[in-house]
Amino acid sequence: MRAHLRTSLAALLLSLSLALPALAVQPDEVLKDPAMEARAREISKELRCLVCQNQSIDDSNAPLARDLRVLVRQRLVAGDDNSGVLEYVTARYGDYVLLRPPFKASTYVLWIGPAVVLLLGGIGAALFLRGRQRAVAGGETAAPLTPEERQRLDRLLREDT
Amino acid sequence: MRRLIYILPLVLFVVLAGYFAVGLTRDPSVVPSALIDKPVPEFALPPLLNDGKGLATSDLKGQVQLVNVFASWCVPCRVEHPVLMRLAREQGVTVKAINYKDKPEDAVRWLNQGGNPYAAIGADQDGTVSIDWGVYGVPETYVIDAEGRIRYKVVGPVMPDEVERTILPLIRELQG
Repeated sequence: MRAHLRTSLAALLLSLSLALPALAVQPDEVLKDPAMEARAREISKELRCLVCQNQSIDDSNAPLARDLRVLVRQRLVAGDDNSGVLEYVTARYGDYVLLRPPFKASTYVLWIGPAVVLLLGGIGAALFLRGRQRAVAGGETAAPLTPEERQRLDRLLREDT
Repeated sequence: MRRLIYILPLVLFVVLAGYFAVGLTRDPSVVPSALIDKPVPEFALPPLLNDGKGLATSDLKGQVQLVNVFASWCVPCRVEHPVLMRLAREQGVTVKAINYKDKPEDAVRWLNQGGNPYAAIGADQDGTVSIDWGVYGVPETYVIDAEGRIRYKVVGPVMPDEVERTILPLIRELQG
């Protein structure tokens, strides 16, 4: 009975451990210095895995992502600061490798575009609302009823009572 | 003036639609190279074959040539291999190679089977030199001018129509 309990407990623990998301960073990649390792992780999250493209190299299992993680750590050990490492990788793979695109002439539309569209829409809405308000305030009401309409309305009201 | 305000949303829509339509025609899996028009990276790779010819920066100056990054385990490399053979044999184009993360014996067996179009092959066992070249998947092929600058990059297998349309005209133009 006890042995049975132990195996089922072991099975439960095993299944729980399998349910955890697989960590892409392998134990042999991790740097000894925890502070430097933390910086490496931070940088890895900024870099796009070029094979899978919508993952960072920090959570990609692609071999190239692993190579780049190792490279990031090598650069850190060599004494680069964080932006130096990013520059090193960008020099080889271009801005595309950065998950957060830089703010420069070719990306102005990307960064400012949505705000501009929102602003224009807001101005449009404001102009429309103000125009309507002014129309109401200016006593601009619906056209008066024609005699025929008046007669029809009267008839309907009489029918009602 | 009033009419202009009414037309503005339509204009905005057309501009945005055009912008996105252009974006949709691009292949998102092709990453533009950051190294176009830049000199080839500084590197030196040991030879793959016992012929003593590895590949280094200095080997890529003095003539227009191609550098092909390949591996025996790479399936699309099999597709482009006959194309490279024809380029080397029939068109007289110098093709050099970086053998990416391959077992030397596998690579040699593969070349013995399919033929060897390469004038020199450097073995990049751990892939670090390929990272300097901005390689993110094999095969990739670079057109190098006589000054040793990268002028064009093909991601994926070199196909005959791209050879006819882009690569050969570019090589002829660079040769002057």
